[in-house]
Amino acid sequence: MTQQRVSSDDRRVVVVGGGHAGGTLVGMLRQAGFAGEIVMFGQETELPYHRPPLSKKFIDGDLEQWLRAPEFYREQNISVRLGESIESIDPAARRVYSSSAQATEYDLLVLATGAEPRRLPVPGTDLAGVFTLRTLADARVLRKAVISGSRIAIIGGGYVGLEVAAVARANGVDVTVIEREDRVLARVASTRLSEILAAYHRDRGTKILTGAQVVGLSGDDGHVRGVLLGDGTQVPCDIALVGIGALPRDELAVAAGLACEQGILVDHRARTSDPAIFAIGDVTRRPLTGVDGLQRLESIPSAVEQARQATASIVGAAPAPAEVPWFWSDQFDLKLKIAGVVSAPPGTILRGDPASGRFALFHHVDGKITAVESANSPGEFMAGKKFIAGGERIDPTRLADPAVPLRDTVIK
Amino acid sequence: MPMVTYVLPDGSEHAIDVPCGQTVMDGSVRSNLPGIVAECGGSCSCATCHVYVDPDSQALFDEMTDEERELLEFADGAQADSRLSCQLVVTTECDGVRVTVSAANG
Ligand SMILES: Cc1cc2nc3c(=O)[nH]c(=O)nc-3n(C[C@H](O)[C@H](O)[C@H](O)COP(=O)(O)OP(=O)(O)OC[C@H]3O[C@@H](n4cnc5c(N)ncnc54)[C@H](O)[C@@H]3O)c2cc1C
Ligand code: FES
Repeated sequence: MTQQRVSSDDRRVVVVGGGHAGGTLVGMLRQAGFAGEIVMFGQETELPYHRPPLSKKFIDGDLEQWLRAPEFYREQNISVRLGESIESIDPAARRVYSSSAQATEYDLLVLATGAEPRRLPVPGTDLAGVFTLRTLADARVLRKAVISGSRIAIIGGGYVGLEVAAVARANGVDVTVIEREDRVLARVASTRLSEILAAYHRDRGTKILTGAQVVGLSGDDGHVRGVLLGDGTQVPCDIALVGIGALPRDELAVAAGLACEQGILVDHRARTSDPAIFAIGDVTRRPLTGVDGLQRLESIPSAVEQARQATASIVGAAPAPAEVPWFWSDQFDLKLKIAGVVSAPPGTILRGDPASGRFALFHHVDGKITAVESANSPGEFMAGKKFIAGGERIDPTRLADPAVPLRDTVIK
Repeated sequence: MPMVTYVLPDGSEHAIDVPCGQTVMDGSVRSNLPGIVAECGGSCSCATCHVYVDPDSQALFDEMTDEERELLEFADGAQADSRLSCQLVVTTECDGVRVTVSAANG
């Protein structure tokens, strides 16, 4: 991003949400030379932190990985109001009202309220030992429970669920993953990757039930003891993690009359339907190059890209070129990286050997790569991301042969 | 504390004290320098912390892992002196090191 030299600016930017998107944006605004006032409200009592360790390192690693050192905000003259949530927006008066009933005026407002775990609409979710995982506070509780527990039922086979499953299993806990669809990662991964990963987990002792509808949780003495399935089976457990996706926290925006459709609608410059309000991160529904309509993405690269877009809009800089969406996941010793949009493509090329834990699936249409799903193959991932962005045509036979260097797979 | 000089894509130079044990990436993020984004927080996953290290300083840092080498091979702007700055742990010997931040970190 080109640095702007704004010597003075009497605008006040108010940011609602101190997560990855909000925390990144406030730093970027200062990098871009924004000299006005910045106020960030965060409902959590923690400064912005990295969420990936919450599911990947919640037993043996460092949970607390701050986005920025605590002194950073003071040094950058950013006022951070932790533990204070915004309850309403008055767009006409350009004011937000916080939980302390105080009003704060803004010139520009950035909504970065993220997403929250989807609730499981069955009886028993209020039993002790039933958890969700979104925040550091959640992870601290889950860590304690998993260390002392012996059997965990994970409801929902998404990325977060499988990451927790891997960590729990590696720590000797008995793990059952319960998935409603006919495969894990049904919404986000190709069928092939789902199958490979399910086998990888099963080989390490995890039970995976697919096509399984949870109808309730049972307990005794107020503590969970089992998950009841639609076919009458009961999966015994002493901890249950509900990981069935996240919903955008767009209720403030809806109440303020902004255009929303399960997520705040934004354009490629992070603008909402109100010219004084931007939205970034998991709460948005955003445009993506090469995909019709608006998409919800829940990933750090997307949150960072949108923070960059909002910064450029606020300081009047040229927008940065669009990025290829991607994210990562760690499960056991597999470092997975996925780029592009995985949506039942006509062709898939496997490079490498899933049994060795090192492979990549390239999805393509007539030799044009649309997505890459890789495990322990950073070269394949980076090359795939480049192919997606550049629109190069590759030779499927050559790409399928790991002995052929990636550069030599492109049809010149 | 060892001082590391960051040369940014716009040509400006920033000399920063980086505590031993921290990485070249940490020093930049800490001072809010633009260029090093560090999306993954240093877990060698994202390649958004790409820098070029002067040839005479390269031996001061640990050798690249295969993972870092592969990530860099196809990174935008990759050169022979490319490194991921989250893998460059600063020691007392690093005092005076200069790194140039890649313009391609996003
Ligand atoms: C366990 C876990 C693991 C993940 N792993 C990865 C990964 O490996 N790679 C990857 O790319 N992505 C990963 N993600 C997704 C990534 O963390 C999110 O995409 C990212 O955090 C989105 O940032 P955000 O700021 O939009 O939302 P959040 O980080 O959720 O932040 C939103 C913040 O806003 C606050 N807030 C909400 N409403 C209000 C209000 N009214 N007033 C004040 N504050 C409010 C919330 O309390 C929250 O702190 C993971 C997510 C989870 C939960
Ligand atoms: S910070 Fe992600 S690879 Fe260095």
